[in-house]
Amino acid sequence: MGWTGKILRIDLSKGTVKTEPLNMDWADKYLGQRGLASKYLVEEIDPKTDPLGPDNKVIFATGPLTGTCASTGGRYSVITKGPLTGAIACSNSGGYFGAEMKFAGWDMVIVEGAAAKPVYLTIFDDDVQIRDAGDIWGKSVWETDKWIKAAHQDPMIHVATIGVSGENAVLYSCVVNDLHRAAGRSGVGAVLGSKNLKAVAIRGTGGVSVKDPKEFLKATKAGKKVLKDNAVTGQGLPTYGTQVLMNVINEAGAMPTRNGRDVQFESAGDISAEAMAEPRRSDGHPNLLTNQACFGCTIACGRISKIDETHYTVQNKPEYWHASGGLEYEAAWALGSATGVKDLEALTYANFICNEQGLDPISFGATVGAAMELYEDGVITSETTGGIELKFGSAEALTRCVELTGKAEGFGKELGMGSARLTAKYGRPELSMTVKSQEFPAYDPRGIQGMGLTYATSNRGACHLRSYTVASEILGIPEKTDPLATEGKAGLVKAFQDATAAVDSSGLCVFTTFAWTLEDIAPQVDAACKGDWSVEKMLEVGERIWNMERIFNNKAGFTAKDDRLPERLMKDAAKTGPAKGLVATVDKMLPEYYDLRGWTSEGVPTNETLERLAV
Amino acid sequence: MQVKLKLFASLARYLPDGSERNVARLDIAEGTTIWSLLDAHNVPRGSCHLVLVNGIYQGPEARYNALKEGDELAVWPPVAGG
Repeated sequence: MGWTGKILRIDLSKGTVKTEPLNMDWADKYLGQRGLASKYLVEEIDPKTDPLGPDNKVIFATGPLTGTCASTGGRYSVITKGPLTGAIACSNSGGYFGAEMKFAGWDMVIVEGAAAKPVYLTIFDDDVQIRDAGDIWGKSVWETDKWIKAAHQDPMIHVATIGVSGENAVLYSCVVNDLHRAAGRSGVGAVLGSKNLKAVAIRGTGGVSVKDPKEFLKATKAGKKVLKDNAVTGQGLPTYGTQVLMNVINEAGAMPTRNGRDVQFESAGDISAEAMAEPRRSDGHPNLLTNQACFGCTIACGRISKIDETHYTVQNKPEYWHASGGLEYEAAWALGSATGVKDLEALTYANFICNEQGLDPISFGATVGAAMELYEDGVITSETTGGIELKFGSAEALTRCVELTGKAEGFGKELGMGSARLTAKYGRPELSMTVKSQEFPAYDPRGIQGMGLTYATSNRGACHLRSYTVASEILGIPEKTDPLATEGKAGLVKAFQDATAAVDSSGLCVFTTFAWTLEDIAPQVDAACKGDWSVEKMLEVGERIWNMERIFNNKAGFTAKDDRLPERLMKDAAKTGPAKGLVATVDKMLPEYYDLRGWTSEGVPTNETLERLAV
Repeated sequence: MQVKLKLFASLARYLPDGSERNVARLDIAEGTTIWSLLDAHNVPRGSCHLVLVNGIYQGPEARYNALKEGDELAVWPPVAGG
């Protein structure tokens, strides 16, 4: 019925593996993946627990549509208390790992405790083992993936693993699956590292049953037609990927540049989707080889790139000459615009290393941007950096930093703390472009006001994927709103947050929502899952999830004072573009947002709200 | 008067010869509108989804307005990312 109805519970301290039935009452209220796993987490851990201590838990969770023939039905999430933020963390990934978990017969894998020595987990259908990881501790994501498949003589195994950065508690380390898809944000990889859990390897040979197979095929076929016929999901994303936004956002004057000093990057064209498709002067080949799809996806927005073999980053390094995961927009922005680096091949190399060693390129790039500002202001010197001339625009500095941070060596250890802790250490906390200690992504709230409220109120720290109002404010999806206006944005942000929470709990990719509304998604969920899954119920589930996450964060110690943007965005006006002279004005929107949410002026859900949503 | 025409993604094919990475520097007559400039370069109106002048969105009606000296017109087909 969409769900397998079974979960695995692994206690690494005791070395035990248990199975238990899925709580179907909770499934009816929280659907799956983000919502349902977050419900388990908030019920089972103390919100004040140390994210890197043994009392934190980490949950790998699928949605009811994961592993089905619904388009994009391959998503899974990693849910835990995040070490970068101290808030609830939920990082969502594609690839094939999530579907394989369903094929093996599991909705979720809950990992608790901590192993005394490095281990990895194998889940081969019902055969679940905690195994010694002595041979792969200290290895990269790519080496680990290869080693596990060889050790078990099965190339069909799908692996989710941490790199060396996760072992060394880099606070924005990821869990990477299928070599270059990642549960990327908030440092979920460091939580695995703290538990001495290197990897989870899964092979499943079963299938996924649905409530009404005929209706499900009808609903999913209709959904695929909508995606195919839509110009964005049918043509734009497969051809250009998310990177097509590089020029859009720059023209709109909302491109955070050089750690937010500017809102437009003069070299955006050099690192754009269009540039990736152009033949290089050096070897005549384009950076971009092809696109790629995750499990079951009919959009296929993924980028596969190959670095010029003569580029300084990979000369005499044939291990980086193969095709691999290329630049997506957020990565290209963080590694490029945020640092002022315009060398597309260097950015691609840095992106490869982020995948190889399991780093979130958004937080990494933004942290390098902050460090460059510290360096240019004379707060840190080449003595601090171990000889790196950490100037804005230096490709060499960027690529050296990614090598060091990936292995948590030298100055990379400091960069691995993230920009909030780094800038605080050197007495300049105002230079950290973060909310709740998480670096914000590729949209400057001075030029897209709704994204300011999005960042300020995101339950996992600054993030674009919790309410992507860029769709409306810039791209006109589903309808165009003025990016420089604040009126109406509180309602827009809330609507995006609730709908996205529901989609994130289904097993589907949020990128479908460039074409689908919940009117397209609810029939697919309803045909797969027990119960009555209307649009109204999906929205109620989304709102319930949002409030549950908020309550966890409040109990963890966050207050309304944490719903604020970096001082720079609120005091230093944009220098160029349509937003010239404007600052981000979240304070204007927050009271209305709290009111619409049914929260007090202190950002706390009222009893009436909690009763209405049955949180 | 001088303006810049910027065509991105699949619309780049309509850029005139001599354009540099999605940008054409053009000398146009006073009174040339957004639509008339795009028509002159055979850009299909139905493909012009996101139309910005100096970074500011131009709705369907505004596309009949005349361009001014120094304006930068940037156009995309339906695109998204994130």
